[in-house]
Amino acid sequence: MKTVKVYGPGCKRCAATETMIRDAAARLGLDVAVEKVTDAKSIAMAGVISTPGIAVDGKLVHAGGLPDAAKLDGWLQA
Amino acid sequence: MNVATHVPVPHRAAPDWLWYLGVPAAGVALYLLYGQLVPIAEWVTSLFPVARDSHTGEAIAFFVYDVPKVLLLLTGIVFVTGVLRSWFSPEKTRAILAGKREIWGYPLASLLGVLTPFCSCSSVPLFIGFVSAGIPLGVTFSFLIAGPMVGPVGLGLLYGLVGWEIATIYLVFGFTIATVAGFVLGRMGLERYLQDWVRELNAGPVGDLPEERLTLVDRLKVGLDQVREIVGKVWIWVLVGIGIGAAIHGYVPEAMMLRIMGGDAWWSVPAAVVVGVPMYTNAAGVIPIVEALLGKGAALGTTLAFMMSVIALSLPEMIILKQVLTLRLIAIFIAVVSAGILATGFLFNAIL
Repeated sequence: MKTVKVYGPGCKRCAATETMIRDAAARLGLDVAVEKVTDAKSIAMAGVISTPGIAVDGKLVHAGGLPDAAKLDGWLQA
Repeated sequence: MNVATHVPVPHRAAPDWLWYLGVPAAGVALYLLYGQLVPIAEWVTSLFPVARDSHTGEAIAFFVYDVPKVLLLLTGIVFVTGVLRSWFSPEKTRAILAGKREIWGYPLASLLGVLTPFCSCSSVPLFIGFVSAGIPLGVTFSFLIAGPMVGPVGLGLLYGLVGWEIATIYLVFGFTIATVAGFVLGRMGLERYLQDWVRELNAGPVGDLPEERLTLVDRLKVGLDQVREIVGKVWIWVLVGIGIGAAIHGYVPEAMMLRIMGGDAWWSVPAAVVVGVPMYTNAAGVIPIVEALLGKGAALGTTLAFMMSVIALSLPEMIILKQVLTLRLIAIFIAVVSAGILATGFLFNAIL
């Protein structure tokens, strides 16, 4: 099972990103644990400076703005 | 606003040729419409049962002319800015600034502050990311001041509503304040006034993302997304700002404006800053007010000071930054930036 972390202080796009990930996982039939990281310190420690950032299994794959839907599917399936 | 609700955009989006054709076509259409705003606005105003030259008639004319004008300008500016900024990112900016000699860091940070896309909601991680990458505190401040202060929306609307002379003055002085204020703050050795946990934080690993290759169509999409998001968010501020501008334009007598915001009253500049700082709106909301103030004879220095303090110093942003800065540092930050704004205001009231 993949663990996906969404880094963001709670802006609207961060919430939208989380929804996108859950939707994509459901559509692809993947078992994915989505975790939101809203604490500024943890966000910074993860090396994220533009939010929302996305890490899959501990590896940062995206930072800043909504992710591209096709790429998101790729990260989840990889 | 509808950014929050994730609309599942149809994946097989428009083909490339439609973008290459559609974007210039939309540009031309908006430009032609922009040219016809005066007759359209006069016609709409004539539908109201009030005399055109009455106070109310003047206010209505101001409103119905400015609303479409500001929205059209805003759409164009946000689109172009969105496309241009797609070549920049906070990550790249950090890499550039981290490797620079400090003295060049300040003007460069101000420039990159204008060009780098970042939303105020991520200013905290961005701040920490910059400081932990070894970018001096003052340089980071230059970046954070310039972003809102000389944002393209403010400049573009100033250009369209007030004229290129004042837009240029604003650009030059806004940029100078961001650079000099950063420099001054950097010289003050304020690192000890960061919140404890920020000082103790070891440099977070720099997120190494694969370089994203964007096609031109991707960049145009970024621009359009920006239009949707930003125009969708600020239109209400625009309406409120134009409403206030219209009221000033229609009802405030010039004599009264000269007394309150004229250049002769020395206290008008500090008063403008005191009123401006707690006011929270964005550039799109404040420029129509500026337009009306200048039209009624308010002094340029006083008006510039008002506009700069509204746009560059906002309480919500200070509250966000409170997570990383102590109150003392926030106070120093506000004091230094306000000093620059005051100097600009006094200068223009003195020479004009």
